[in-house]
Amino acid sequence: MALSNLDRRGFLKGTTAGALALGLAPRAFAQETPKRGGHVRIGHSGGATSDTIDPATYTGGPVVTAMIGGVCNNLVEIDETGAAKPELAEEITPSADAKTWTFKLRKVTFSNGRPLTAGDVIASFRHHMGDDTKSGAKELLKDVIDIRADGDNVVVFELGSGNADFPFVAADYHLLIMPAAADGTMDWKSGIGTGGYTLEEHEPGVRIGLKRREDYWKSDRAWFDEVTLLTINDPTARQNALVTGEVDIINGVPTKTVHLLERRPGIDLVEVTGTAHFPFPMHCDAAPYDDVNVRLALKYAMNREEMVEKILRGHGSVGNDHPIAPAYRFHNADLEQRAYDPDKAKYHLKQAGRDSLDVTLATSNGAFAGAVDAAVLFQESAARAGITVNIKNEPADGYWSNVWLKAPFCQGYWNGRPTEDWMFSMVYAADSSWNETHWQNARFNTLLQEARIELDTARRAEMYSEMQQLCRDDGGAIIPMFANFIDGKSEKVKHGALASNRFLDGWKAVERWWLA
Amino acid sequence: MTLHPLAFMILKRLALGLVTLLAISLFIFLAIELLPGDIAEEVLGQSATPETVAAFRRELGLDQPAITRYLAWLTDVLHGDFGTSLASGREISELLAGRFANTLFLALYAAAISVPLAIGLGLLAALYRGSWFDRTVNIATLSSISFPEYFVAYILLLFFSVKWGLFPSIADFGSDASLGTMLYRTFLPALTLVLVVTAHMMRMTRAAIINLLAQPYIEMARLKGASPARVILRHALPNALAPIINVVALNLAYLVTGVVIVEVVFVYPGLGQLMVDSVAKRDIPVVQACCLIFAGIYILLNLSADVLAIATNPRLMHRK
Repeated sequence: MALSNLDRRGFLKGTTAGALALGLAPRAFAQETPKRGGHVRIGHSGGATSDTIDPATYTGGPVVTAMIGGVCNNLVEIDETGAAKPELAEEITPSADAKTWTFKLRKVTFSNGRPLTAGDVIASFRHHMGDDTKSGAKELLKDVIDIRADGDNVVVFELGSGNADFPFVAADYHLLIMPAAADGTMDWKSGIGTGGYTLEEHEPGVRIGLKRREDYWKSDRAWFDEVTLLTINDPTARQNALVTGEVDIINGVPTKTVHLLERRPGIDLVEVTGTAHFPFPMHCDAAPYDDVNVRLALKYAMNREEMVEKILRGHGSVGNDHPIAPAYRFHNADLEQRAYDPDKAKYHLKQAGRDSLDVTLATSNGAFAGAVDAAVLFQESAARAGITVNIKNEPADGYWSNVWLKAPFCQGYWNGRPTEDWMFSMVYAADSSWNETHWQNARFNTLLQEARIELDTARRAEMYSEMQQLCRDDGGAIIPMFANFIDGKSEKVKHGALASNRFLDGWKAVERWWLA
Repeated sequence: MTLHPLAFMILKRLALGLVTLLAISLFIFLAIELLPGDIAEEVLGQSATPETVAAFRRELGLDQPAITRYLAWLTDVLHGDFGTSLASGREISELLAGRFANTLFLALYAAAISVPLAIGLGLLAALYRGSWFDRTVNIATLSSISFPEYFVAYILLLFFSVKWGLFPSIADFGSDASLGTMLYRTFLPALTLVLVVTAHMMRMTRAAIINLLAQPYIEMARLKGASPARVILRHALPNALAPIINVVALNLAYLVTGVVIVEVVFVYPGLGQLMVDSVAKRDIPVVQACCLIFAGIYILLNLSADVLAIATNPRLMHRK
């Protein structure tokens, strides 16, 4: 059954490649030539009956993998090295103050044959702006004052304050380009895009069917003839589907069983060191966390190595209480790694004028897989530093709306963002809606503003280094670990160098991978 | 002209059923209102901000008071319009139709195997009471009902799918499958359900028959020389039908309404999954519609069980 989509020649090629692949890491095959054809089936987590293809409501899941990687394009894409690469834009020109950005559009057509114009881009961005939008990208675009067309092929963005990283913003998964309707709004209901596939079937929470477009403007992308994305939310069912050949690719292999999957012949793991992390945010304006010594005591009471080993089963790396993972351009590798040290924790407690500390940590497996276990481990390691951690187990259902941002000490999850500025602005800037630590550090916020418009790379690196240190020593989040993204695939599925910003090759597997 | 007492009872029960449905819809509505968070917060999740949540609520009319929304919903339903899903904007009737058909298909498939199997085993167990056969059947069916459904499902998956490769691990058969493909793809979930419901029906059949076997008229039948099979089928079974029909009806209702875990494990797009998703997203109209269907099924099956029980045993009409 697994071979039904291949002709005999394809099968012979496939088995040779498969035989060669045995025992070697998948990345060694980055130079292999891609091949067109075949029907790939992806078992995907995160789908629900309530899914829609409206980009305003995207949070990840099969819809986003199908739309951002298959049906639509952005103005800019993040390539496998993490750099911003023009996609529907052909040329991107900033003004000297990084406040005015001019995007010259490529000459491409939507799958219904209509050419892409500046009006479509403007409608697609406006969909996420204004008082009536419900978009998750609204915050991201709050600095955009005006978008205007300059002829049919040029779009100009005016920003309130400069942003040297604006191209990365345009690569955000909400900001897909879809056609404008007659009234100037974005016509997302049509499901039409400029991407390599057309949306053939969408049964929300069940399956999505895509078919290759013959006239796709990228000649070296979109290799599959057909793609089916099945929603399989249960991790065990997802792995079974891969093992039994019902699907060819799955995302989100749980770390608890990854070693079992690794042993199966014919199945490869695709693992990248990502930017996903699990902060334990404390409200810096609420007692006792308003004392930096209390925050430091709790940070020293965290046994990071143990977290990586027991919660991630080694599939990750230790965090240093700031969100900038080693994968970032301006990661500060010279910053000393904070380690578990009960004595230092006790010292900081004394500095805070306390003999003991009693805190309540809100936890829930809705925050991330293994969150409750992580809380229990923290309780144990903190106890040895004289800190009592009371665990409050909250229901997973509604965790993000009822507990996160509201409880003074809880757990969170961030996938990471493509740039330092984005990550810091979104979660650590004083005025952010998602400032989960209520942290207000004047120096940090000044640096954030300055670095955003600084075009000199060396100078920027310096600024971001200092911000990482401020976050680590003064900030309100304990960040014990960064998790790897682990996907599974059949050995028939091949890929080039992998993007590390998200799972499934930066959510672009549909466009970038192929069947051998 | 007076109504036949049975027809009168059916009408009365149907009217009561409608009242029950109304009460259920109000109850479900209130229950979801009591859950923390609403659809705007649940759909936007971690990326929600106060402004976007407010815009979302305005768009869906969630800024109206709860009582206004309930009455508007009720008016629409009384006009035969289930409305649209808050989350996806799709027609609920269209959304439900496919899912309900899938659920019914799986339920009927499982029932077609389990009902004859359970009654057959029950009769044989009663006939050979105390024998090795009786004990084996009892132990086997009671063990399978004692394990949680997902455990039974995973065990079946492990052997039939992962180890031996006989049946697919995913039951979703796509949008245009032949009957054969459908039966093949849904065999494992159907088997899981069979294992879960058989014990209940089998035990009831066995107990009802054994109860009757002690009656003098059965002894009479034996004494006049009727074969054991004839004694059980002709003399005992008709009198045992009422309790058996009741337990079968309850299990059929369970097959339609209680299979969400099986749907999740085998990735089968049925009504249960739809309802769980909708509760998680606080999509009230969809939850309401699912609940009304589930409640309607319970009411209809219970009614048919009572009617059939009376039909097989007219004495029940004249209890007083």
